[in-house]
Amino acid sequence: MRKLSAAVTLFLFWIVLSGYFTPFLLAAGAVSAVAVVAFARRLEVVDPEGHPVHFAGMALRYWPWLAKEIVKSAWEVTLIILHPRLPISPRLVRVRSTQATAVGRVVFANSITLTPGTVTVEAGRGEFLVHALTREGAASLAGGEMDARVTRNENVS
Amino acid sequence: MTIVELAAAVLMGLGGLFCVVGAVGMLRMPDFYTRMHAASVIETLGAGLVIAGLILLGGLTLESAKLAILALLIFFASPTATHALARAALVRGLEPVLDEDARE
Repeated sequence: MRKLSAAVTLFLFWIVLSGYFTPFLLAAGAVSAVAVVAFARRLEVVDPEGHPVHFAGMALRYWPWLAKEIVKSAWEVTLIILHPRLPISPRLVRVRSTQATAVGRVVFANSITLTPGTVTVEAGRGEFLVHALTREGAASLAGGEMDARVTRNENVS
Repeated sequence: MTIVELAAAVLMGLGGLFCVVGAVGMLRMPDFYTRMHAASVIETLGAGLVIAGLILLGGLTLESAKLAILALLIFFASPTATHALARAALVRGLEPVLDEDARE
């Protein structure tokens, strides 16, 4: 099933990038997609990590919330940059991560980095080292809402 | 100028503004780590709003689909690159400038 969905995804990607709908090019795309999946299978990378299709629901449930957080904190960082006294209070903090899988941890670490004002420096099992631009940014991350949301979406597969 | 074109112009203008803000931030911040926070304003709101404006101009076309894929690529790749840079800097021993009450 995972191989089939990987092949379909690659074929759709081909169609979007090519934009030609002649029989020859569509067939070439289909053959390429199947060939790539066959090679990837030999490399044993068509697994939950290489093609995490079970995370697809996250796009609907988690991304809108993440987008809202990104806009909010980007605006806060903008105000700090434009403030005459540059009111930053940089710090390194440890943040708990409760994700069970590697892909879940990657999603959480990338979400932290994607939100302006916080960058994941070290992503370990169960705990991340995060550089935060302000005291408030570090505190809101320690609140654990983002961690809980990623973990919740990780379990719904 | 239609409504859609106007909205697209506003979005792209705002995106450009956030790019300038990010650039100013990179000049004003005191050290490597804090500069990265300024740069992430560019790659999220800056790039995001410009691409959103371009998608509005493109309408429901293949070009818009490509732009959406481009946005996804930026949103997946840029935090990975930022993390790699930050980690490399810390591992090589670059000390971050910290606030007084943050020292342990």
